[in-house]
Amino acid sequence: MSAQTIDALPAVPGLAESREDQRRFAQRRRALAWRRRLLPIAAVVLLLALWEGGVAFFHIKPFIAPAPSAVAMLLVKKIGLLLQNLAPTAIEAVSGFILGNLAAIVIATVFVYQRTLEEAFFPIAVMVHTIPVMAYAPILVLLLGNGVEAKIAIAAMICFFPTLVNMTRGLRSVRPQQMELMRILSASPREVFFELRLKNALPYLFSALKIAAATSVIGAIVGEWIGATTGIGALIIQATYNFDSPLLYATIVVGSAFSALFFGLISWAERYFLKWNVGEAG
Amino acid sequence: MSVATLRKDASPAPVVSLRGVSVRFVTERGAVTALHDIDLDVEDGGFLTLLGPSGCGKSTLLRVVSDLLPPSAGAVRVLGVPPAVARGRRDIGFVFQDSTLLPWRSALQNVELPLAVGGGGARPGRRTPRELLALVGLGGWENALPHELSGGMRQRVAIARALVNDPKLLLMDEPFGALDEITRDRLNEELLRIWEETGATILFVTHSIYEAAFLGQKVLLLAARPGRVREIVDVPLPNPRHIALRETPAFVDLVAHLRRVLEAC
Ligand SMILES: Nc1ncnc2c1ncn2[C@@H]1O[C@H](COP(=O)(O)OP(=O)(O)O)[C@@H](O)[C@H]1O
Ligand SMILES: [Mg+2]
Repeated sequence: MSAQTIDALPAVPGLAESREDQRRFAQRRRALAWRRRLLPIAAVVLLLALWEGGVAFFHIKPFIAPAPSAVAMLLVKKIGLLLQNLAPTAIEAVSGFILGNLAAIVIATVFVYQRTLEEAFFPIAVMVHTIPVMAYAPILVLLLGNGVEAKIAIAAMICFFPTLVNMTRGLRSVRPQQMELMRILSASPREVFFELRLKNALPYLFSALKIAAATSVIGAIVGEWIGATTGIGALIIQATYNFDSPLLYATIVVGSAFSALFFGLISWAERYFLKWNVGEAG
Repeated sequence: MSVATLRKDASPAPVVSLRGVSVRFVTERGAVTALHDIDLDVEDGGFLTLLGPSGCGKSTLLRVVSDLLPPSAGAVRVLGVPPAVARGRRDIGFVFQDSTLLPWRSALQNVELPLAVGGGGARPGRRTPRELLALVGLGGWENALPHELSGGMRQRVAIARALVNDPKLLLMDEPFGALDEITRDRLNEELLRIWEETGATILFVTHSIYEAAFLGQKVLLLAARPGRVREIVDVPLPNPRHIALRETPAFVDLVAHLRRVLEAC
């Protein structure tokens, strides 16, 4: 805006004005971005303050609902214990995530090339999927024992179905013209799979993986409820039976933080690997 | 230029030859005769445009020539061999109406695709993918992803990809049909330049009379239902051609003639 800048520029009418516009536009966009980030934080702070005030005002007993400050203090004090219990849950969730998704990807690939197998087995997969996790979890514990295997199996089961469905669709939804292109190039079936089908399926796969990241943690926790001495699930059960609400809440915070971290990691991988996928399927 | 002349001397046989070719599609709603008893020879180094109303079998004809579709009757030869053999030898390049780029590959990687699959590979003496991108006016855009390119640029990449195996025959199915007129005019001029530089034989499908007249050394007019050859018109225009040619009386007369034949289809 200073006269000096305008003097320094060649006298192009409208140029200074458009620069000013541009600057104002950028400023406005930055302001909007900050607003988007700050508003949810402000809302969380407000809710926590209301909760803290409510607990103090109504003299609510800590074992019914602990104040956020009490949870925060416990979180700091017992962080060692909490992380010690997070480790097995994290290992079970991640192992189940890898196994369940790998199995789903392999079976989806088989389905795409062997329609008969899909027709035979897909309805079974649907039926198993309709069984609630709380119902089949005890069965898997009976089958696999009380160790980590059962928890990994439950986490894997819970990841399996969404990935199977998405992956089958992604491998199959190749555009006919792209198939014709591959034929004109005399591409082998193997090349069609790796060059075309697999890459075409990636956006579909990643949307399933993001769901699986959160649900695999749920699977591991449910497995631990049924029988475990360590883990986030076990800690939740213990804290509940001991009426140790601050510990219960702190455990939940740690479990959710891990879920969010896992989800964020997959989202980051998606953005990194699918830079090309702008406004497309998936 | 000299390449084109050399090739002409080396193989006087037609690059594409169809004899009594018919294609029938049988669907639930009955049978459609997409092509009926087509006889056609395309000479080496020729530029034939296929013109006709939509649904008259233009795409079907290109699909038969490129071994995407077997004819129901008749014989097809490409460079003296069945289309499947010519395709296997990488003598056929194809440009679709929609660029059909792989969205996960950069412009350069898309041009490299024919070298990466089907047992292909770079050969000495051929234009490299980089040189081909420069040839179609996209030097400097090697790393751009398809979604970062305009429709016209994507189609240029598709042309460069079709040229990477140095095919003797280039089939183009309404490659500029979805582009705005200004871009289309520019690409028309450039395609003629590429044709002169590579010496390839080109079969070019269009439903634009102007495009057919401007590009072709010959125009094949197809009649619909069933698709059959209506007339083959020699284009009496000088080469090389520039867009200004469209204002000459010879061009205007040719367009008028083509339109009259089409209306009788
Ligand atoms: N795969 C197919 N199955 C059934 N009918 C088809 C198929 N492909 C083309 N046809 C029919 O054949 C005729 C010619 O189609 P096409 O070659 O695509 O025409 P054009 O490219 O000239 O518009 C049309 O009537 C169309 O409906
Ligand atoms: Mg067509």
